Amino acid sequence: MAEIKLETPVTESEIRNLKAGDKIKLSGVVYTARDAAHERLIEALNQGRDLPFDMQGAALYYVGPAPAKPGEVIGSAGPTTSYRMDPFTPQLLKNGLKIMIGKGNRNQKVMDTMKEEGAVYLAATGGAAALISERIKEMKVIAYPDLGTEAVRKLRVKNLPLVCVIDSTGKNLYNR
Amino acid sequence: MRTIEAEEITKAVARLCKETNYNLGQDVIRAYKESLAAEESEVAQEILEQLIQNAEIAQEKEVPICQDTGMAVVFLELGQDVNIVGDDVTAAVNEGVKKGYQEGYLRKSVVSDPLIERKNTEDNTPAVIHTTIVPGDELKITVAPKGFGSENMSQMKMFNPTAGAEKVKDFVVQVVEEAGPNPCPPIVVGVGVGGTLDKAALLAKKSLLRDIGEHNSDPKYKSLEEEILNAVNETGVGPQGLGGKTTALAVNIEEYPTHIAGLPVVVNINCHVARHKTVVL
Ligand code: SF4
Repeated sequence: MAEIKLETPVTESEIRNLKAGDKIKLSGVVYTARDAAHERLIEALNQGRDLPFDMQGAALYYVGPAPAKPGEVIGSAGPTTSYRMDPFTPQLLKNGLKIMIGKGNRNQKVMDTMKEEGAVYLAATGGAAALISERIKEMKVIAYPDLGTEAVRKLRVKNLPLVCVIDSTGKNLYNR
Repeated sequence: MRTIEAEEITKAVARLCKETNYNLGQDVIRAYKESLAAEESEVAQEILEQLIQNAEIAQEKEVPICQDTGMAVVFLELGQDVNIVGDDVTAAVNEGVKKGYQEGYLRKSVVSDPLIERKNTEDNTPAVIHTTIVPGDELKITVAPKGFGSENMSQMKMFNPTAGAEKVKDFVVQVVEEAGPNPCPPIVVGVGVGGTLDKAALLAKKSLLRDIGEHNSDPKYKSLEEEILNAVNETGVGPQGLGGKTTALAVNIEEYPTHIAGLPVVVNINCHVARHKTVVL
């Protein structure tokens, strides 16, 4: 099994090379968004407004971190269940989103759009939240601060341990 | 009559909220290690290694094991010879939850109205409190923060009275398979059998308070627990649903007498962050 080092932002050809089952160490900028933030991103797109960050080649992490202790970059920050984002995801994929990080299955529409656009879905380990937070080196809230834990954050990560679950050919490690 | 100050309850609950969220039980860590030794898949091994390392980091840095620090479920066993002074018990427990979640940098995940407003209460209150009155002059407090990735995957079913153990086993396996990766496997499966609908749910939740490896005291139920655990692990769901032998760390059954016409069964799923701790005042 391959272990692949990946750096964001990514190109479509890098994405097309990833296979379900690959172990990945991700570095670079990753944005966070959960349910409420997704709703607002879609609203912005529908109204023709700018998104709070560049979606081209971007990586999105579904997480609502715990509050940071004084002196820490971020609190514990493991993945939340992804299917709740499914209704919003195809539109983001069409706007350049390339990497999604979460846990649990996605619906058919998301997987079809991933194939068309060339995107991957990577699983972070649910519950390994303290370990993950150690790999987050910088954190800044960049949009929707009123959403608290659900605000959009810009993270800089180093060697975030992930597994490619659904690749851009539609192969899905959950359906063995 | 023994007197306990409400403030003591508040302090104990606050401490337990923090400790359960920072320190994973040794029973769970032991179970991770046993599973790691048994797993053959590289991805499954990698995940279990991450979980072991994660528990060490959380304990050492006193940060939450998981960012979902749960809704606080609190069990009270109140001795009938105890007199609580200073505040009412419910208020004292909720004050403890508030204090623990604020001081402990734990995530506040509770919304006030569940259906219409869904506004975060910002202090993780109220707790879900289950109180039993027991003989004696002590107060036993157990705090079990419950994450909702796993809570959401729980199910219940009212079986025919003659359904039998095999049907119940099939149901549990079905619930686990339908849950797949969502409850962050490896999971702990709580099963409540009997009583009424509400009683079965409470039994299932209570069964999650056991340490891993602790079985039902009735040998018939103990062997059913082992049988269902084997069946669950044969599904191949595996750690994080990515395939492997470790889908569950334990299956715990609690039973209670029921009506001639029924057989309520509740399956309450917990994740591997199986948090619970008890103190006696
Ligand atoms: S199910 Fe458990 S491990 Fe998974 S996110 Fe929720 S609390 Fe954390």
